[in-house]
Amino acid sequence: MKQKTSTEVRSPSLQTRKRHKKISYSKYGYLFLLPFFIIFITFSLIPLIQTIYYSFFEYYYQNGINQVGPNFVGFDNYVTILAADSVFWKYLGNTLLIWVIGFVPQIIISLLLAIWFTDSRLKLKFSGFFKAITYMPNLVMAAAFGMMFLMLFSQSGPMTQILKALNLIPEGLVVSQDSGWVRAIVAFINWLMWFGNTSILLMSGIAGIDESIFESARLDGANATTTFWKITLPLLMPIFVYVLITSMIGGLQLFDAAQVFTQGTGGPGLCAKTIMMYLYERISISKNYGAAGAISVLIFLFTGILSIFVFKTLVPNYNAVKAEAKAYHKRQRYLKNVKNAGGQSHE
Amino acid sequence: MNKFNHPYYSASQAIIGSNTPNLKKNEESRKKLSNQRIGMIVYRVIVYVFLILLSLICIVPFWILIVNCTYQSSQIQQGLHWWFGNYFVENFQGLLSNTNIPLKTGFINSLIVAFTTAILTVYFSALTAYATHVYQFKGKKFVTTFILAVMMIPTQVASMGLVVICNQLHLLNQIWLIIVPAIASPVTYFYMKQYLESVLPFEVIEAARVDGSSEIRIFHQIVLPILKPALAVQFIFSYVTNWNNFFIPGMLLQDKTTWTLPIVIAGLKASSPDTFDLGQVYMLMTIAIIPVVIVYLIFSKAIIKNLTSGAVKG
Repeated sequence: MKQKTSTEVRSPSLQTRKRHKKISYSKYGYLFLLPFFIIFITFSLIPLIQTIYYSFFEYYYQNGINQVGPNFVGFDNYVTILAADSVFWKYLGNTLLIWVIGFVPQIIISLLLAIWFTDSRLKLKFSGFFKAITYMPNLVMAAAFGMMFLMLFSQSGPMTQILKALNLIPEGLVVSQDSGWVRAIVAFINWLMWFGNTSILLMSGIAGIDESIFESARLDGANATTTFWKITLPLLMPIFVYVLITSMIGGLQLFDAAQVFTQGTGGPGLCAKTIMMYLYERISISKNYGAAGAISVLIFLFTGILSIFVFKTLVPNYNAVKAEAKAYHKRQRYLKNVKNAGGQSHE
Repeated sequence: MNKFNHPYYSASQAIIGSNTPNLKKNEESRKKLSNQRIGMIVYRVIVYVFLILLSLICIVPFWILIVNCTYQSSQIQQGLHWWFGNYFVENFQGLLSNTNIPLKTGFINSLIVAFTTAILTVYFSALTAYATHVYQFKGKKFVTTFILAVMMIPTQVASMGLVVICNQLHLLNQIWLIIVPAIASPVTYFYMKQYLESVLPFEVIEAARVDGSSEIRIFHQIVLPILKPALAVQFIFSYVTNWNNFFIPGMLLQDKTTWTLPIVIAGLKASSPDTFDLGQVYMLMTIAIIPVVIVYLIFSKAIIKNLTSGAVKG
């Protein structure tokens, strides 16, 4: 009885002390956040607002020297850029096409690698070595890759000679002047740099799936193909969504390899000029800040919309599958319990 | 004597005739098993062949790069070499004395930028993660969601505003402009926060407080050592990213003496790639790529492991 009252008496004071503690420590929270936010605001947020602000202005340098503007023009920059005959659509198309050419083999090969690396029946040797090697190109300077492929595929370059010897390209063809080849090579660089990364992501996704689900599927007589389509793939959805979104956002930012491989020109007929190269040219070379601002805002919106769209379409699907798996588990556990109970009563 | 004429056989056939289908079934299942085994071997062979091919695709570019920087330009043009030549030293000296290619300053600038950005990113991301992990304060939820949201914004989107501001303030060609923004790195922050959540018990901090340590000291002497593995991996990633970074440095650094290596490589412009001194260009790219690759190969095990575990959490 006495004890109880004593705790009752003590508890309010403890609470106030705790609250007091919280208040006194919270200032450190703000203090330690300060550097991040000061730098973020000065180097990202203010520039971003400036970008959006100037996208509504006529603001450029005539011949790179004489400043024109800034004059407020409303949505004029957007109207010009989004006009049906604008080069923006062509560059956006280039970017997406190069991304798709690289992404389709990337996701297929990465998925295969991820399955092989995690397959316990396969007992793969040297998997650490293979993982390390396939991830390696991701760390290489994309600009250097672009320059290297430019030289390998130059008119007298070694790869051109090999392709000619194998009769894969006709005699007179210059690879860097053929739009198909230029796009394919840029996409190949992109693929080479990212498939290892994707396979590691998918692998950890597969490793994260509950082993017992595979087991119960095996017991139910599901073969490898069914297991893959009905269990692995649906449960991989969140990682898939992640890979798809990040790859798409990365694909929209495609710049270094294409810029260097085409020597900044965009390739024959501007076939490999990406939307980031367009932005770079508008900022650095023609110094048309109004147009550059509008392009930036469009890329910003495009990135956001794509992310939301992919999320919305893929996540419910995953949730349904997960719920089903959960229900299945519950049923199995129930049956097991019943069985156990039955066995025990029999004894 | 023929097996089927054996009296025991026929007798057993007669007696347990009903069992024959079972025997057949056994044989079938054995056949199936051996078939499966053969299938497994074939499968394994296919997998290995495929993996070796992929590895070759990944290695061959680097091999060509290293091999070609040991040849003269004219030799390189004659065809693909698979083994080293003996022009390595000449190419290196030629590249150093080539006034069109600012190799020395480029290398030093790249080193400064990559090293300092990596340190800033890792330290301040850890500090920010610690702030949102340990302390309770008003607006904490907003802060964490805000950082998550801005993680999706491509950095290039704000580049135009940055260039305009730098133009107006006459701040072009300043290397610190590339370095300082590294303090705010949402991706590294996110990684650090996840890591802290999985490894840092509050009791440790409480104990240190009881001992009278100041908050910043707790961070330096207790939290940073605990975070060491995460710091190391993120240091390498940040280093590599900034070593390779081209887009924004390419806009802000216009003077040749401030160029970093990617800008130097992108600046190799000629009427045709065939007029380059190819030996020197391969040498330049080897210098830009190979140090990173070597560091990666040394730490690859830890990097891959961290990538894997990080993705499971994310």
